[in-house]
Amino acid sequence: MTRELWKGNEAIAEAAVRAGLEAYFGYPITPQTEILEYLSRRMPELGRTFVQAESELGAINMVYGAACTGVRVMSTSSSPGISLMLEGISYIAGTEVPAVLVNVMRGGPGLGNIAPAQGDYNQAVHGGGHGDYQPIVLAPASVQEAIDLTVLSFDLAEKYRAVCMLILDGSIGQMMEPAQMPEMMEVKRANWDWATDGRMGKRERRILTSIYLDPVQEEKMNLRLLSRWRTIQREEVRYKEYFLDDAEYVIIGFGTAGRVALSAVRQAREKGIKVGLLRPITVSPFPVEAIEQLTGRVNGILVTEMNSGQMLEDVRRVVKGRVPVEFYGRMGGVVPLPDEILREVQRITSSKLDVRSDPREEWYERMVGMR
Amino acid sequence: MATKNLVYERPEGFTETPTHYCPGCTHGVAHRLVAEVLQEMDVINKTIGVAPVGCAVFAYNYFDVDFVEAPHGRAPAMATGVKRVLPDRIVFTYQGDGDLASIGMGEIVHAAARGENLTVIFINNANYGMTGGQMAPTTLPGMKTTSSALGRDVEVHGYPIRVSEMLATLDGVGYCVRRSLHDPKNIRLAKKAIRTAFETQARGLGFSIVELLSTCPTNWGMTPVESLKFVEEHMVPAYPLEDFKVSEAIKQVKV
Repeated sequence: MTRELWKGNEAIAEAAVRAGLEAYFGYPITPQTEILEYLSRRMPELGRTFVQAESELGAINMVYGAACTGVRVMSTSSSPGISLMLEGISYIAGTEVPAVLVNVMRGGPGLGNIAPAQGDYNQAVHGGGHGDYQPIVLAPASVQEAIDLTVLSFDLAEKYRAVCMLILDGSIGQMMEPAQMPEMMEVKRANWDWATDGRMGKRERRILTSIYLDPVQEEKMNLRLLSRWRTIQREEVRYKEYFLDDAEYVIIGFGTAGRVALSAVRQAREKGIKVGLLRPITVSPFPVEAIEQLTGRVNGILVTEMNSGQMLEDVRRVVKGRVPVEFYGRMGGVVPLPDEILREVQRITSSKLDVRSDPREEWYERMVGMR
Repeated sequence: MATKNLVYERPEGFTETPTHYCPGCTHGVAHRLVAEVLQEMDVINKTIGVAPVGCAVFAYNYFDVDFVEAPHGRAPAMATGVKRVLPDRIVFTYQGDGDLASIGMGEIVHAAARGENLTVIFINNANYGMTGGQMAPTTLPGMKTTSSALGRDVEVHGYPIRVSEMLATLDGVGYCVRRSLHDPKNIRLAKKAIRTAFETQARGLGFSIVELLSTCPTNWGMTPVESLKFVEEHMVPAYPLEDFKVSEAIKQVKV
């Protein structure tokens, strides 16, 4: 297969189609609308289901219904729309049916703006909806990775009967890059032993619900989800390492922030600074082991995000004050430039760091002082 | 020698689950009518139900068909998801007035507007039953509920919604009628309407809904007999039992 020029959003749409997407339900919201638009043509062309829902509430519950029948189903949205979907996401998690979701994040809170941001990390990674559940969350940093992770997300969702969400931002959704599409996969309906697709004279009836009135039964279900989550944590962690072999300092950043950080790392390397990058691909499950190992051998860690330090807390939980953790974030839809991150690298590598300092407090002081 | 005639039995579409509904509640009647229709149409095998949130949250315990359980008000969206990927199955939602006419108004209107080929059984008992009898969009003016303790004052709480009249204006709707469950004659008419609604779906003639005026003796604070009388005397005048929309194609179908 040759590489073609693909726009991120359309690439996700086509990748989902090739992965066997049978039904798509969505609602327009910038900066992900191209996914909806693309599929409004592509799905009917293939005799598959496309519905533009009345709202994200409608869309996620259509996803829920289709997911219960066992087909590959997806919805996509952007930050405010995902907030609306959280009710349904919790139900899908509680019913243990597979569904794929994409959040092309934008600046917030509230209506915010349509610029690239990563402010929904906590919402995605630490639940968002009500009750105890953990979604699988993947964070691509390029159009190619968006394609690959879209395909993977269907497999993961089905394997673990879980919600699998891609989080990216408008810069990846809107950007065009050369990328390779997978071959068209055959749509075949798996004969799941849980799907409510009609008895059809073959079996006893099935019920799919998230209600467990008996607290003891609900707790059993909670434990079942947790046990499955522990398997996911063991088996499904994915990340990329850059220049880490001899690194004395490491940047940790996901998605676009990680990609910008890589440019900064390359510039720093040209200056002889021994810095590397760890870019989590699964932000949930979090690459705890990789960070644990780095903690033992680097002099300092810089977390870069396009938010106020949400993943920072997950990094600090692993590091436990053993090496200094510093933070650099931009918010509101501002994408950091490599130069900014390079400056942070230079600051960190040339000053004496204190493990006791609060990285977010210090970052805030610098941000305010900058103005 | 006297012969024994079987006059009443559990329809095939029912499981052997004892009811959880209150004595005198008409949910049981409505359930039974649906089960009888599914049996008569021989579609039990290929039916998928969508349960609501409300008293009928456990509807799935009674019907011997595949069932999913929707978030409050979202049953029409969930049913859309099921039906679109399995168009040869029979898909129905069973929803109360709080579920359908309040929190789920967006979902029901748009499912109807899209002409989703599914059937909705809509129970209108003028209050939120499961949570203990609060005011619903269908609560009659002056009617006392636990959240309109002084009676529904339309100046404060607004006016009741006549859902069937409203949905009948939408082009996607194939069949939209209101019936009542307050006496045997009306129950028979209700069954005929439910059959017609499912026939509408089976023929791909668009969205079908049967609104059923129902009792809630527990929350109304009435005996079952009083509550049936309340439906006849107060609900029927406010919610007329009419055919609001019957598409030309379904008019030709005799049930």
